[in-house]
Amino acid sequence: MTPMTGLSVRSARSAPPPARHAATPPRRWRRVTPWLYLAVPLIMLVTFTYVPVVSMISYSFTDWDGVSPDRSYVGLDNYVQLFTRPELFSVFATSLFYLVASFAQIALALYFAAVLSFGTRLRGFFKGVIFFPYLLNGVAVAFVFLYLFQPGGTLDQVLRLVGVDAEILWLGNPDLANVSLSGVSVWRFMGLNFVLFLGAIQSVPSELHEAAMLDGASRPQIMWHIIIPSIRPIISLSVILGVAGALSVFEIPYIMTGGSGETKTFVIQTVKLAFQFNKTGLASAAAVVLLVVILLITWVQRRLVPEERTPST
Amino acid sequence: MDMQRKALAGATLAAVLLTAACGGGTSAGGPSASASAPTDPAKATGEITVLTNRTDMVTDGTLAKYAAEFNKTHPGITVKFDGITDYEGEVKIRMNTENYGDVLLIPSTVSRDDYPKFFSSLGPAAELSKKYQFTEKGTVDGTVYGLTSFGVVNGFVYNKDLWAKAGVTEWPKTPAEFLTALQAVKDKTGAIPYYTNYKDGWPLSGWQGAMGAITCDPKANDKLATSRDPWAAGSDLNVSDTLLFDIVSRKLSEPDPTTTNWEDSKSLLANGKISSMFLGSWSIVQMRAAAEKAGKSPDSIGYMPFPAQVNGKFCAPTTPDYVYAINKHSQNQQAARAWLDWVLDKSTFAADVQGISSVRGAPLPTALKPFEAAGVEFFELSQADSGKVTTIDNAAEVGLTKPEYRQKLVDIARGAAKGDLAGAFRELAGKWAEAMALGG
Repeated sequence: MTPMTGLSVRSARSAPPPARHAATPPRRWRRVTPWLYLAVPLIMLVTFTYVPVVSMISYSFTDWDGVSPDRSYVGLDNYVQLFTRPELFSVFATSLFYLVASFAQIALALYFAAVLSFGTRLRGFFKGVIFFPYLLNGVAVAFVFLYLFQPGGTLDQVLRLVGVDAEILWLGNPDLANVSLSGVSVWRFMGLNFVLFLGAIQSVPSELHEAAMLDGASRPQIMWHIIIPSIRPIISLSVILGVAGALSVFEIPYIMTGGSGETKTFVIQTVKLAFQFNKTGLASAAAVVLLVVILLITWVQRRLVPEERTPST
Repeated sequence: MDMQRKALAGATLAAVLLTAACGGGTSAGGPSASASAPTDPAKATGEITVLTNRTDMVTDGTLAKYAAEFNKTHPGITVKFDGITDYEGEVKIRMNTENYGDVLLIPSTVSRDDYPKFFSSLGPAAELSKKYQFTEKGTVDGTVYGLTSFGVVNGFVYNKDLWAKAGVTEWPKTPAEFLTALQAVKDKTGAIPYYTNYKDGWPLSGWQGAMGAITCDPKANDKLATSRDPWAAGSDLNVSDTLLFDIVSRKLSEPDPTTTNWEDSKSLLANGKISSMFLGSWSIVQMRAAAEKAGKSPDSIGYMPFPAQVNGKFCAPTTPDYVYAINKHSQNQQAARAWLDWVLDKSTFAADVQGISSVRGAPLPTALKPFEAAGVEFFELSQADSGKVTTIDNAAEVGLTKPEYRQKLVDIARGAAKGDLAGAFRELAGKWAEAMALGG
């Protein structure tokens, strides 16, 4: 089907336009063709994104247990329950650790991107080193760090080499567990921010900083007054991604601690409600709420930091 | 153009809503099918798929050997195995369709009242219970939908050499004696006396297996459905959870429970790095294998009942493993039933996994001979109301068989969470009573 229409478009294009005024069929094809091209991605988008979202929203109004063929409509019950049980929302406190971490992550990524965009020795190598963790599978990362954090594990051994000989329970200590976990998250995702920043910095015309250099600006001044304002859209995108990511942290804590102790996040709690206590309805409502919260935060953030133009990403 | 775009968007949205509405439809149609055994096994034909959680037995060919054995008497039936690693999660989702194999293990998340909507009837309970034990777990309104091939008891698997070195040769009879024994292991051998398996969670949930072992009451589990405070002093849950709490608070368990590893724990036990774990009797085979692998004698692995006695006797309640059921949408009901009956009656499966065969009158597995010799009282823990118990448990979000409940206790015991044991019990009982008041 698609190759055929492709041909007809080409023939319509190659013909001189004014002479073919009366020819209606190619014109109709012209309107349909883009949709035909779009059909495959659209069908996939609808099947794998919108249908599940709509089903999720519809489940959130039922008491479905996830297996049973029967379910009954319970109206807003699940939402009422969510908002009247404070313990279900208190888990957002865990996200604060990841939120702070994501700002640290952006700062670090910015720093490395700036340093490596100026002529540094072994640039390619360091770029690779910083981006590499992002390519790893989250599950593998979690397992690697599980061994790293074990008592007497890699981290403790390295610390011993530098003379710190303390048995620290990196994951066992409730005050430290979330810090350790968000550290893993920074390690894993900094590469993505770094690459985004690096690309943006390199697209800043070099005449600008050359001119600034000639005027006697220092590197930090160039960074602050020229580079950062030029890449603001990318920074604000990273902040949105960071906030959304912090609210919906899942795989790293889920695999490393299973959400035990103080490390339970909102998504882990949702998964537990759905798959341990068979409250698929309530869990769907929680997922809907998370979606709305993230949309809301994004909206507020866009209002607070308006952009002159949308980034091309 | 604009109008057109809107129209198309509208049509798409409508299509989405429609599919969603249809997708949520039910797959249950008509009354439950029933699966009867073929009258002449030699002539029965068909191809059946068996869903199993034992991926290890699929890969190493053990299951294929059972199938070959089965084919000697049932030449016309082809048996295929579908090993699933995340059995619970995956099968639960597949059960929203009609394709969940011909013979499967019922995932524990399926509520018992729904059994007739998914599975074929295997026969009246009054009849089947004469031949098999553990029928209650799969019985709905007097009809059996699920049968298990074996049951287990729960107890402490321990390293005999370590315990001997610590000077403990007799099974402790009370939790206090047990704690003293663990202390002796710690002082005299330097090993970790008890391993919680906190991180993996499910072995920790195994403590629920102490149900009935303390009060020696076959109805212990059913009573949860009507008890307003299952954690009252002297109850099974109170005594077993207190023992777990004391083990951890006296530092008789591993220093960092959050980084434990189940696979490693087997060789740690075999090598005498840790001295005990509370697990089902199914674990004995695996521990003995680990000992052999470590170059130790498999006989260094011992198994003891929960340290509590009633009238001078230890009690070992037996509980069924996963129950087998037949998909009511299966096209090969008779072939599926033939396989099921063969696994239960003729195969050596139960004995191979050191399980207690569900066929009444079958001998105990060798691993449990010491229990028999010590006069431990075996009894079947009633599952008559276990469906109701699960409903209350889920509504209360307590999670008797889920890791979080005991992880919290361990956290309190090791000082990583606020509160004390009495407070934790009060909170649990509060949730339980509330869920019960709401009708489960």
